[in-house]
Amino acid sequence: MDVLGILIPVSLILGGAGLVAFWWMLRKGQFDDPEGDAHRILRDDYDDTPKQ
Amino acid sequence: MTAYADPARPSACPACDAAPLAQQIAGIAPSDARVMLALPGIHCAGCISGVERVLRAVPGVRDAHVNLTLRRVAVDADLDTAPELLCKHLTDAGYEAHELDAGVLAATQVDARGRALLMRLAVAVFAMMNVMLLSVAVWSGAEGVTRDMMHWISAAIAIPAVIFTGQPFYVSAFAALKGGRLNMDVPITLAIVLAVGTSLYETMLSGEHAYFDAAIALCTFLLAGRYLDHRTRANARSAAQELAALDVPRALRIDGSGTRTVAAADLRPGDLIRVLPGGRIPVDGVVTEGRTELDRSVMTGETLPAVAAEGDAVHAGEANLTGPITVQVQAAGRDTELARIADLIAVAEAGRNNYTSLADAAAKLYAPGVHIVALLAAMGWFAYTWDLRVALNIAAAVLIITCPCALGLAVPAVTTAASARLFRRGMLIKDGTALERLADVDTVVFDKTGTLTDGAPQALNLDALDETTSSVALALADASEHPLSKALAHGLTDRGVTPARLRNVAERPGYGIEGEWQGQPVKLGRASWVGAEALATTASYLRIGAETYALPFADTLRDGAEDLVRALLSDGKRVILLSGDVAPAVSDFAARIGIQDFVAEARPAQKAEAVTKMGQAGHKVLMVGDGMNDTAALAAAHVSISPATALEAARAASDMVLTGRSLLPILDAMTTSRSARRRIKENFGVASVYNILAVPLAVAGLCSPLIAALAMSASSLTVSLNALRLK
Repeated sequence: MDVLGILIPVSLILGGAGLVAFWWMLRKGQFDDPEGDAHRILRDDYDDTPKQ
Repeated sequence: MTAYADPARPSACPACDAAPLAQQIAGIAPSDARVMLALPGIHCAGCISGVERVLRAVPGVRDAHVNLTLRRVAVDADLDTAPELLCKHLTDAGYEAHELDAGVLAATQVDARGRALLMRLAVAVFAMMNVMLLSVAVWSGAEGVTRDMMHWISAAIAIPAVIFTGQPFYVSAFAALKGGRLNMDVPITLAIVLAVGTSLYETMLSGEHAYFDAAIALCTFLLAGRYLDHRTRANARSAAQELAALDVPRALRIDGSGTRTVAAADLRPGDLIRVLPGGRIPVDGVVTEGRTELDRSVMTGETLPAVAAEGDAVHAGEANLTGPITVQVQAAGRDTELARIADLIAVAEAGRNNYTSLADAAAKLYAPGVHIVALLAAMGWFAYTWDLRVALNIAAAVLIITCPCALGLAVPAVTTAASARLFRRGMLIKDGTALERLADVDTVVFDKTGTLTDGAPQALNLDALDETTSSVALALADASEHPLSKALAHGLTDRGVTPARLRNVAERPGYGIEGEWQGQPVKLGRASWVGAEALATTASYLRIGAETYALPFADTLRDGAEDLVRALLSDGKRVILLSGDVAPAVSDFAARIGIQDFVAEARPAQKAEAVTKMGQAGHKVLMVGDGMNDTAALAAAHVSISPATALEAARAASDMVLTGRSLLPILDAMTTSRSARRRIKENFGVASVYNILAVPLAVAGLCSPLIAALAMSASSLTVSLNALRLK
C-alpha cells in the first residue's frame, strides 16, 4: 500500500501538467482554427523554410 | 475567469449589436490596418498556401494568415493598401474573395465565454478522472483507513473543482430562484451541493459511501452539453456577423474640390455624396444633381427599374443603375428607413419568442418532479428509520441518479451535429430552435424577385429578331451598364451576333441609349422615349429609323428553384408565391415554376398580414424572402430563411441563411430537421427510461456510488452516440 503514496501524487502531477498545458494552448489560440491546422501540417512550406 | 452571467440572450439582430461597436472601434483606432477578407471557396491545404502566397507577394502586405475554419484571411498591411486591390489579386489567382468590415467582426474575434467554458470542462475532466481512479480503489474493496484516505484525497480534488466548474449552473440557478422560477439548473445545483455536503459529512464520520465522483461527473457531462450548445450558437452568431460585415458601407463624399471615400457611418445630414452607377445608396436623401434609374427591388419587389431625377427621394438599400447622381444626405447610419425597419423587426422578433423548445418543455416537467421525488424519499426514510443521515443520503442519491446529464446533452448534441452538417451543405442556422420549428412546417411562402429568381433578367424571343436588328441592338446594349442591356448583350453574344458599327453612341440616364446607324437614328430604352407601345411585362424597346421592336425579358430562375418547388409540392406542402411585382410578371412566373397559389403587388404590410393569418389559422409557415418588403413577413412566419444575397435586415430577421447560390439546401434542411427532432425525442426517451429504471433503485436505498456513476455515464454516452446517428 505504500506505493499509493507515490502513485497518487504522480498521477495528480501528471494530470495537472496536462491541465496547465491545455490552459496554455487555449490562451495561445491553438484551438482557433482546428480545420486549417489539420491541413497546414501537410504543407511543405514549413519544412523548407524553417523559422529563424 | 469571471462570473458566467448568462441572462442576456444574443440579440435577434446581430447587426444591431455590432453596429455601435463597429462605430466605436472605427472612432478609436483608425490606424488599425488589419484587413479581413472572406474566402468562401477555400477548402484545402493548397488553398491556404495559395492565398497566403498571393497576398504576401502584394507590396505593402506584411503578413497574411488564413483561418480555414472561419474561411477567412487576416491581412496585416500598410494603411494605404486598398482591400479592393487585395480582393482583385485573389480573384485573379482564382480565389473568390470579399472584403469584410473588420469593425463588425471585432466583436467575434475572441470568444471569451467559449474559452471559459472549455477551461471549466478541462478542469472538470481532470478532476473527474482522478477522483474516479480513487473511487475505483474504494469500490474494489478498500477498507478502513485506506478508504478514508481515498475519500479525503477525493474531497481535496473534487471540492475546489466542483466550486470552480459548476459556476455557470449556480449562477443560473440563483438567478432563476431569485425570479421565483425553477429551471434545469436548480436540481443540478441542489444535487451537487447535497452530494458534496453529505459526502464530506460521511467522510468525516468514516462512512462507507461518498459521492464525490458522481458530483464531479455531473459537472463534466453537463459542461460538455453547455459547451456544445455554446458552440452552435457562437458559430451561428459569428457567421451572421460575417454576413453583416460583407456590406462594407462606404460613400463618396464631396469635399470642396473633389470626392473622398468615407465610412457611411461618418456621414452627417446635409453632406453631399456621389453615387456611381452600380453602387448601392448608403443613406436616405434627395437627388440634387443627375438623373438615373434605381433598382428598388429589395424595397418593393418590383423588377422594373424606377427613374429618379433631381428632387426625388432615394433610400438606403436601393441600387443606382445607369447614371451618376449627387445625393444630399437626410439620414445616415442608424437613422435611415432601412435601419429603422431592421430595429422594428428586432423588437417584433423578441416579442414573438413564445416558442417553447423541446428542451424547455422537458425541463418544465422534470425540475419539479425530481424535487418532489427526492423530498418524498427523504421524508419516507426519515419516518422509517428516524435517522436524518440516512434520509439525506437517500435524497442525495435520488438527485444524483436522476441527474439531468442525459437531458442536458440530448438537445445540444443533436443540434450541433445537425447544424454542422447543414453548414457544410450551404445552410446556416442562426437560432437554436429553428430546426425544431422547421420540422413542423406545412406551408411554404416564397418571395419572387431575388429569392426564386436571381434578380437578373433574361432576354426572351431573341431568335425572332433578324440579323441587322440584332446587331444594332447588340451595339447599343454593349454601351450600357443597365441590367436589361447587359442581359440583352449577353443573350445576343451567345447567339454569335456581331455588333453593328454605330456612331455617336450616348447613354441618356433614365431613358436609354441612342446612336446613329447608317445615317438613321437608333435608340434602345424605355417605351415612351423610344416611341413604342409599352408591353405589360418587363421589356426594353428598340427603334431603328421608323421601326420599333419590343424586347421582353423574364427573370432567370435561381439554382434549384424549380426542383425545390417540385419536391415541396410532391411532399404535400402548400406552396404560395407572394410577390410585390406587377400581376402579369407574377402570373407568368408562377405558371413557369408550377405554383398554383400566387399573390401579386403585395405591399410589405400585406405580406406580413397574409403570413400572420396563415399562422393564426394553424398553419406552420416557412417564409423564404430576401427584400425589405419581406422582412416583416419573415419575422411573422413560424420559421424563415433568406439567401446570402438578401438585404441585411432580411438576413437579420430570418432564422436561417443560405450561404450559396442554390436553394436546394432548404430541402436538406427540412429532412435534417425532421430527423433531428426524431433524435431529440429518442434522446428524451432514453433519458426517461433510464430515470424510470434508476429512481426506484435510489429510493429503495440500493444505489451505491458505483451504480450511480455507471448509470449516469451510460445514459450520457447513449444520448451522445444517438446524436451522431443523425443522417
